[in-house]
Amino acid sequence: MMFKESQIMKIHYTTGLAALFVVAVHIIVRLMTPSFSLSLLYENVINNYHNIPYSILLESILILIAIHGFNGLRIILLELRQNKPWEDGITIFTIAATISIIAYGTRTILVANWLG
Amino acid sequence: MNQIIKKIRMLEKKNNQKDMTKINNTKAETSRQMVVLNVYRANTHRNDLPRVEKFQIPVQRWMTVLDALLFAKSYLDSSIAIRYSCRMASCGSCGMKINGVPKLACYTKISELQGNTITCEPLSNFPHIRDLVTDFSQFFEHHKEMAPFIHNNNADIKDENKLSEFKQTPQDVDNYLQFSYCIKCGLCYSACPTVATDTKFPGPQALSQAYRYYADTRDDLSNRRLNAVDGKHGIWRCHFAGSCSKVCPKGVDPALGIQLLRGHIMGYSRNENKIAKLRDPT
Repeated sequence: MMFKESQIMKIHYTTGLAALFVVAVHIIVRLMTPSFSLSLLYENVINNYHNIPYSILLESILILIAIHGFNGLRIILLELRQNKPWEDGITIFTIAATISIIAYGTRTILVANWLG
Repeated sequence: MNQIIKKIRMLEKKNNQKDMTKINNTKAETSRQMVVLNVYRANTHRNDLPRVEKFQIPVQRWMTVLDALLFAKSYLDSSIAIRYSCRMASCGSCGMKINGVPKLACYTKISELQGNTITCEPLSNFPHIRDLVTDFSQFFEHHKEMAPFIHNNNADIKDENKLSEFKQTPQDVDNYLQFSYCIKCGLCYSACPTVATDTKFPGPQALSQAYRYYADTRDDLSNRRLNAVDGKHGIWRCHFAGSCSKVCPKGVDPALGIQLLRGHIMGYSRNENKIAKLRDPT
């Protein structure tokens, strides 16, 4: 399926704005946690993943930043060289990297969620 | 009508103020007797090594950089290659980097420049041919891609007795008027940082012309133009550095045209008149 560049840029701007919002919520939630210094303890991290709304927030941060970041990288790399193999190569690379990062991060969230 | 007259008067007043400021600022500079003209010399076809040649030029009042170059060509070295034609900033032929900034040589007075040395180099982002002459083929190709003409299927051009007329309101004209002042001198293309890295990028001139015809109510080729600019190396690669608007000798704001066209592609920009008013002198 071929996207127009304007459609890709709409996704880029939307994910950028949405990422700004969800990361802000994430930071606020972290700051409101009383034991901020202990937040990286194993039990606390697992507890966070057991909290379903918070897990959804983390998943959305992962998806939004992966899409926005890798599309940004694609745009930067597009300006380096102008030939079809390079353009197709970086498009395939960035799509594969986005999917891989989202799949690996989602797996981490699900595994942590299932841990007792 | 009254509004237009009022607008013209305001622009005149602003331009007069600008001219007076320029004259006051350059009063000390006009007294120079001689300047050193550094001219970039190289012939790409003969693989010449680039060098800078110095010429002593006697300065006269109101002398432009083009006058200085022509003096050097006439009396000091006839082999200097320069492209020029109208000498009044209408043809856009004599674009070059003057002291590092893309300018029209015929529109740059020596009295406006600081110091006693003037450096003339060929425009950046254009393939070099010889001395101050560059190749505009790629630039004009990008321009042609935007279909820079009014196309209308309803126009009756076959029957001369029944010529069609397309009426436009002054507001319709205001939407694109400033972009129609473009003389295709290539200064914006030379100043654009995106063109410097991405040769497939159409550049500010072509993109602003795409907007100029897109905004023209007489034209019906809008979709073709939007498709032409909506590619991997199209309008989205503009970084909005704004250097194109800064160097334009005709007061065109290509960066504004690019942003307005982007807005149309995104489907939210329908406020050209409001934006145009923001640029009005108050």
